[in-house]
Amino acid sequence: MKRFLERFYVAVIFIFLYAPIVTLIVLSFNNSRTRAKWGGFTFKWYSSLLQNHTIMDALYNTLLIALISALAATIIGTITCIALNRMQSKTKAVLLGITNIPMLNADIVTGISLMLLFISFGFRFGFNTILLAHITFNIPYVILNVMPKFKQLNPNTFEAALDLGASPVYAFFKVVFPDILPGILSGFLMAFTMSLDDFIITHFTKGAGIDTISTKVYTEVKKGIKPEMYALSTIIFITVFVLLLIINAAPVKKKKQGELQ
Amino acid sequence: MLKNKKNGWLAIPYTIWAIIFILIPLVMIFYYGLVNRNGDFTLENIAAITEPEHIKALGLSMLLSLIATLICIILAYPLAMILSKLGLKQNSFIVLIFILPMWMNFLLRTLAWQTLLEKTGVINQLLAMLHLPALNIINTPYAIVLGMVYNFLPFMVLPIYNSLIRLDQDVINAAKDLGANNLHTFTRVIFPLSLPGVISGVTMVFIPALTTFVISNLLGGSKILLIGNVIEEEFTQAGNWNLGSGLSLVMMIFILISMVISAIADKDGEGGML
Repeated sequence: MKRFLERFYVAVIFIFLYAPIVTLIVLSFNNSRTRAKWGGFTFKWYSSLLQNHTIMDALYNTLLIALISALAATIIGTITCIALNRMQSKTKAVLLGITNIPMLNADIVTGISLMLLFISFGFRFGFNTILLAHITFNIPYVILNVMPKFKQLNPNTFEAALDLGASPVYAFFKVVFPDILPGILSGFLMAFTMSLDDFIITHFTKGAGIDTISTKVYTEVKKGIKPEMYALSTIIFITVFVLLLIINAAPVKKKKQGELQ
Repeated sequence: MLKNKKNGWLAIPYTIWAIIFILIPLVMIFYYGLVNRNGDFTLENIAAITEPEHIKALGLSMLLSLIATLICIILAYPLAMILSKLGLKQNSFIVLIFILPMWMNFLLRTLAWQTLLEKTGVINQLLAMLHLPALNIINTPYAIVLGMVYNFLPFMVLPIYNSLIRLDQDVINAAKDLGANNLHTFTRVIFPLSLPGVISGVTMVFIPALTTFVISNLLGGSKILLIGNVIEEEFTQAGNWNLGSGLSLVMMIFILISMVISAIADKDGEGGML
């Protein structure tokens, strides 16, 4: 009985979390233009999606910004972790404290503070300002993921490689890098996800004339969301879902080793 | 490698980045919040919080975000306990399930609740089928709380789950061996030990809930203003950055308080997303 109640509770929470997502997927097949009515099953929004240039542009911007900002954040974040790892604890605490600010601070404050910075220093608002903002809030997520891997590292292996004649860079990529790679990958993935899902910071740093999916949805809210948007988010969601299933199903053995540390 | 201090310069790029894009922007908010349009020092932007509409918005934000945080704890704790007992080797799977919804756009997800909650929406049609009274909460504060709980629940579940799976099973067994019943084991051993996770969850839910303007915009109709809405409008529509910055400074006091509380309670950095 207890087991049943537990299962039931988990199921209820999952319905709560996934009900809106199912709703959006259903709406993407809805033959009526308003979301209030069910007008029969159709694929037409999926085909008209490809012809909708504003949505495709927004998708392109969103993916490009997510990719570049996640890559940049991963590189900067990982390099920073190498340095942090052997810093004096005081300097380290200060730098980590500053790193925590964008993660703990409210997005609206981060957004308007960057907007004020860009205005005051005469940046031209657009793709670049969004990118700078996204790199800024992504670096902390990378550091958060990579730092623990450095802590688990055995420092002697790197020393041993040096003693055996490896250059520091060679030793880093041969000995240290494979061990911290899971942290780097999960940091990259988290940064990519955060960038993709961000609305608030983009809203304040984008300026006119450029849209990501989020800001496009926001401007469409009052006029009514175009059904193509539901189709697009369904495609994205299903793609990610399938990818994750594959990743999770395939290298089970290897994964377990990684998790147990 | 640990002894080799030469590589400290590798932190320089990020230090510069953090100064330009994290610290200076914060200084800008302070600057704008403390001057008037002519650049003279003033406290009126901060004092503006006492205007009835502003104080009302702040009060409502506090109330709704506290309720949402409380509901999140109540929902998340049992869930985290059940999940932690599953003993899944792949705890990344649990994390994935909660991160996955984020791949569906945040605004669309929240908007979907309109479809679910409307007078003729999915939930009300289901209720009508079961001959139950209709639920009319769309465009009310209740819908905003629901939106907050929905969006931020994962941020409560994950830290609690993480602190629970790190619990030493021996400590729990010891408590039972020493004669504690299940309730006592929970209140005296399990709950206190999982507290860092709960507190880190509270900050991660409370701060975004307190400062949101999107959820209130999408689910509260346009009549209900939270402090986030007031600030957003000052920046994007009214164009009074000084007032907006001043009100942000007031809001940041509350953010700071909750950060300090979480820092004190979580000295070892045990509670966390990962």
